[in-house]
Amino acid sequence: MTDLAKNLHTEHMVINMGPSHPVTHGTVKFLVTLDGETIVDFDVEIGYLHRGFEKMCENSTWEQVFPYTDRLNYLSPIINNVGYALAVEKLIGIDTPERCKYVRVIVSELSRLADHLTNVAASGLELGAFTAFLYFVEARDLIWDLLESVCGARLTSNYVRIGGLKNDLPDGFKEQTKEVFKRCRELWIDVDKLLTKNRIFIDRLKDVCIMPPDEAIAWGFTGPCLRASGVPYDVRKAQPYLVYDQIDFEIPIGEKGDNFDRYLVRMEEINQSMRIVEQALDKLPDGPINVDMPEYRWQSKDDIYTKIESLIFHFKTVTGGIRVPQGEVYFPVEGANGEVGFYLVSDGSGKPYKCRVRPPCFPLTAAMPRMIKGALIADIVPTFDMIHMIGGECDR
Amino acid sequence: MIADLIEAIAKILFVFGVNMGFFAPILGWVERKQSAVMQDRVGANRADIFGFTLIGLLHPLSDTIKLITKEDFIPAGANKLFHTLAPFISLTPALITFAVVPFGGQYEIFGRRINLVVADLDVGILFVFAFASLATYGTVLAGWSSNNNWSFLGGLRAAAQMLSYEVAMGLSIIGIIMVYGSLKLTEIGAMQTDFFKWGIFLQPIGFILFLTCAIAENKRAPFDIPEAETEIVAGYFTEYSSMKFIMFWMGEFLEMVTISGIITTLFLGAWHLPFISDERLLSLFGFAGPNGSIIMLMMANIATFFGKIIFMIWFQMTIRWTLPRFRYDQIMKLGWKIMLPISLINIFITGLVVLLK
Repeated sequence: MTDLAKNLHTEHMVINMGPSHPVTHGTVKFLVTLDGETIVDFDVEIGYLHRGFEKMCENSTWEQVFPYTDRLNYLSPIINNVGYALAVEKLIGIDTPERCKYVRVIVSELSRLADHLTNVAASGLELGAFTAFLYFVEARDLIWDLLESVCGARLTSNYVRIGGLKNDLPDGFKEQTKEVFKRCRELWIDVDKLLTKNRIFIDRLKDVCIMPPDEAIAWGFTGPCLRASGVPYDVRKAQPYLVYDQIDFEIPIGEKGDNFDRYLVRMEEINQSMRIVEQALDKLPDGPINVDMPEYRWQSKDDIYTKIESLIFHFKTVTGGIRVPQGEVYFPVEGANGEVGFYLVSDGSGKPYKCRVRPPCFPLTAAMPRMIKGALIADIVPTFDMIHMIGGECDR
Repeated sequence: MIADLIEAIAKILFVFGVNMGFFAPILGWVERKQSAVMQDRVGANRADIFGFTLIGLLHPLSDTIKLITKEDFIPAGANKLFHTLAPFISLTPALITFAVVPFGGQYEIFGRRINLVVADLDVGILFVFAFASLATYGTVLAGWSSNNNWSFLGGLRAAAQMLSYEVAMGLSIIGIIMVYGSLKLTEIGAMQTDFFKWGIFLQPIGFILFLTCAIAENKRAPFDIPEAETEIVAGYFTEYSSMKFIMFWMGEFLEMVTISGIITTLFLGAWHLPFISDERLLSLFGFAGPNGSIIMLMMANIATFFGKIIFMIWFQMTIRWTLPRFRYDQIMKLGWKIMLPISLINIFITGLVVLLK
């Protein structure tokens, strides 16, 4: 056989997958070396969506960074908002009111829902299960309707502020959420029937691109992909922020760390997120949503237009930015895709001296060659779907 | 003589018209609408003439106009002859195969014997297989001549898949040939008068095997790896545009119709209605006189036949919009390690039963 192969004069085929290829959503390029259908070598080239987020932040005031953070992981922008706000608040030393914390948890989990729904839906779509895709896109649209009623935007929310929120939850939000979740659960069951017990779907995902726990940690995995490998690390449990320690929820973990485990973890996290939102809505206390510190958070417009002190604070914070004390801080939150961390350095001026993001999908994307070598060209599809690389976050 | 010619031409026109004039354009619409229904969507409903959208029925027309007016692009370095030839090769076999599929029985009208099949070949089934394998050349040539890596991979996949499934497909049909003792599709169809003598009851495993292989042969989901758009862009027709692109689609739709026709003939009682025999129908239509009643019976049989075809098309589309796609090696494993042994066992058991009877 070996002699035969030697005499065939075959050579490897090198093909560029992307940046505009159906599977390389989020704009990334794979340089794939193929031996027939088997992947011999695999290179990931990122950077097609590089916008200079970190440099832009250095030229804007602390509050002006929020819209930029929306564009990091654009499927769950509010989690980025919350992460950045919490980092700045830690640097200043602000403790936000209880109601604000609960609302932040609610909107974060809704974003996580939207993110996971999109991820599972897109995976279905790319494996050819178009129907499952549209079922979950309907669910995501309902979640987006909720977020729209909260902050007026569906995708780029820009909802959280340093020391508070842009606005409170709208009237009747709890009832609306209940209805939406009822429909979401129906759709979840439909998709579960279509995919989880589907032999073809299982065959495509199971035992593909396994990542053992020790290697996953070494590569810097976080989030659902790490949990799928069996490591129960979740920032919400490991270092509870906001009010996650007062809410009863579970972290699903996988057994093997293959693509099917990653899918199952995400499916279960959808349920857990809905549980969290429902509990938080039940426990939601009354009270203010903003801290009473006019040097950091504007007071209400009524005050600004009628009281001279409020007007002065407003003028100073808008034109010069809030004065964050000197120092540096790192604050991680559990993003939909893993640990989103903000490392901030302040020199005491109105602008961040340095704003560095730890994007969860960067290490995941970096591990693509490790996972995919030796697999088939068709395995790129579920693997790349399951690591869920988001260009905006990875390339920044 | 002239009457024979007229009859033959009429039948050819009928088959050609139904396929090219009805099924080919309408199936695009059906696919869009059915997927829409399955996915809680509205589906295509924008194309209109003076505000009349006709529930989206004008979309096939506007699609065709759009695609005809597009640039017919041949990539640099492509083999021009084969690149142009490929879509024709994949379209024609689907059309030709329908020639041996009987869409009705034999009737005596005005003293003339009419056999509702374009070509009543003695080796009908073999003809079907011969032409089904010709369609492989279309895809392989398209993939190879495009001078594109994705097309090339698609062509390779198509070649491997279609050849493998041809084997299992051929073997899955042996059972039915043994049971009915004929290779002639008209005879097989005529033998399925009794509901419980339909092929699907005599050869249930053969039916499932043949249906699966037929879908794989037609490269439709879940067996659509030669064109798997998320893996290899559009597979073998990545580099096709304009009318050649639509010809591949027409070929796929017509192949679906042909496969449904063959399945109907072999397994679903051809043109016979369940529980209602032709004699009973004839007596029901007795009011129309001897010739009139036979014409009405003929119409009823043709309608039954095409009704079954439409049902099978619906079934294939439901599968297509429900299941995800296989992986290349899984398709090969399914074909060689599962379908082939099962069809061999099926032949063995059928042979045993036929022998002992």
